[in-house]
Amino acid sequence: MPLEFESGIEGIRVQIDKLLDLADRRGIDVSSEVEVLREKLLEISRQTYENLDAMEQVLVARHPQRPYTLDYIDRICTDWIELHGDRAFRDDQAIVGGWARIRGRTVMVIGHQKGRNMKENLDRNFGMPHPEGYRKALRLLKQAEKFGRPVVTLIDTPGAYPGIGAEERGQGEAIATNLREMARLKTPIVSVIIGEGGSGGALALGVTDRILMLEHSVYSVISPEGCSAILWRSSEHREDAATALQLTARHVLDHGVCDEIIPEPVGGAHSDWDSAAAHLEDALDRVLSELVELTTDELLESRWAKYEAIGTWREA
Amino acid sequence: MAWFRKEKKPLKAQNKRDLPADVFEQCPGCGEVLYRERLAKDLRVCSKCGHHLRISAEGYLSILLDAGSLEELDGNLRASDPLEFMDLKAYTNRIVTAESDGSGEAVMTATGRLDGIELAIAAMDFSFIGGSMGSVVGEKIARVSRLALRRCVPLVIISQSGGARMQEGIYSLMQMAKTSTVLARLHEASLPFISVLTNPTTGGITASHSMLGDVNLAEPDALIGFTGPRVIEETIKQELPKGFQRSEFQLEHGMVDLVVDRRDLKKTIALILRHQLAGWPE
Ligand SMILES: [Zn+2]
Repeated sequence: MPLEFESGIEGIRVQIDKLLDLADRRGIDVSSEVEVLREKLLEISRQTYENLDAMEQVLVARHPQRPYTLDYIDRICTDWIELHGDRAFRDDQAIVGGWARIRGRTVMVIGHQKGRNMKENLDRNFGMPHPEGYRKALRLLKQAEKFGRPVVTLIDTPGAYPGIGAEERGQGEAIATNLREMARLKTPIVSVIIGEGGSGGALALGVTDRILMLEHSVYSVISPEGCSAILWRSSEHREDAATALQLTARHVLDHGVCDEIIPEPVGGAHSDWDSAAAHLEDALDRVLSELVELTTDELLESRWAKYEAIGTWREA
Repeated sequence: MAWFRKEKKPLKAQNKRDLPADVFEQCPGCGEVLYRERLAKDLRVCSKCGHHLRISAEGYLSILLDAGSLEELDGNLRASDPLEFMDLKAYTNRIVTAESDGSGEAVMTATGRLDGIELAIAAMDFSFIGGSMGSVVGEKIARVSRLALRRCVPLVIISQSGGARMQEGIYSLMQMAKTSTVLARLHEASLPFISVLTNPTTGGITASHSMLGDVNLAEPDALIGFTGPRVIEETIKQELPKGFQRSEFQLEHGMVDLVVDRRDLKKTIALILRHQLAGWPE
């Protein structure tokens, strides 16, 4: 299902399909017409995606056809073996993790996982983890440290789940502990915001040596909807909130939090999963190659310096 | 006591009498009318029902630190407006209003002695934009923690905050990582960190420093949780049980070590710190 601002793009796609279908049935050659339409499609896609406003960026980041963690793992990893459970309560499938190789190098990959349909989301909880999900992630982080392997985290969540069980089992404590333990993990860590970087529930996988963001991903302290409800006291100001929060990859880079933006194919990652994955793989391979050269002390010192430098203030 | 004058809650008239607000104050817990002087002596804990009335950052420092030992740090740091954030009100206006009440930001940091034990301390203050954590709160906590590291002394943080300062966007989210990072360094150095959770401690504060104490202490009946109760109710479409996310609930669920009456806070912290690091007087 196309988003509202994608209707122009979708219109041309439909035209191309019709033309090809016609050619099939009548046995005529339409290749030159199709070629013209394909160029038009590329151009209008480029224009649309270069001019997205803040809320449209959020909708692209949440696009239901956008590749999720396991889709990327499928495309950039070999020898993947998923590991399950927090050893205390249950296996939270809103977070997946396990060993894999990226261009031959063994890494621990941990990421939020959204469901593609209603049935999957019953298990995946729309990518909103409970405390046990964060504790599974912590267990895998520690395992990577034990064996001296780098960690890649893929971040894509509306946020940590707001529910009774989550609170009873210490949602806050689980996130907090991950922040502290990632800050002192004695192995390289890279995080990539691949879609929605939703608040503390995203950050719980995000205290890392490098923070990369896909071009159309967002990273925010609160959702535009939540911000609208609190600060505008109405649900009708999510566009204003999205703009005010400066949550796009471009903004987060400008504010010095994101280290690098990974380009997406024209029309967004959802229009071409393979190409999106190829860009991601290139970036990860390059960044990991840099980080593994550092000693543990260098790694920790620069990680601490990075986070301790974030902030702006005046002096009275 | 200096912190005592900040209380601004209007006094409701009890029955037919009009009570002079400078002499009496009504307990929000049980409705009892209390002598302000007595209430101050009781550290603003109701003598009838034990309700803990809110006190300021300054209030906590004066309760916990030995007389004359307080040295405030970084009192000159003030919020800036990196996003030029504007909702129904400009963030800069919110800052001006909050600062006009006299406090510089939502946390006060200091060094001092607690029962003779040298320590570094931070006390958050709900009266300043809901105690929310933006860059200044994160930076002041980072600085006081680094001071604890340099001097090899324990750190105490009193939390009283609704969460992140939304108006500072990604900067405010990253302050959670910042305070947790300095606490990781304290942890590496085997220095004690005592977290005191007061009403309310929610959102990003619960998901960062306030839950990371070697020992987490909570004042009675404080609201402590990651997601606020209203948002949970809206999400799950059901009413929450009584006492949900209160200190006693958090004790029962293993998230805090002890629920401590404010009047016992100082001696409780001293006892723990002596076991952990400071040792015993001759
Ligand atoms: Zn009372």
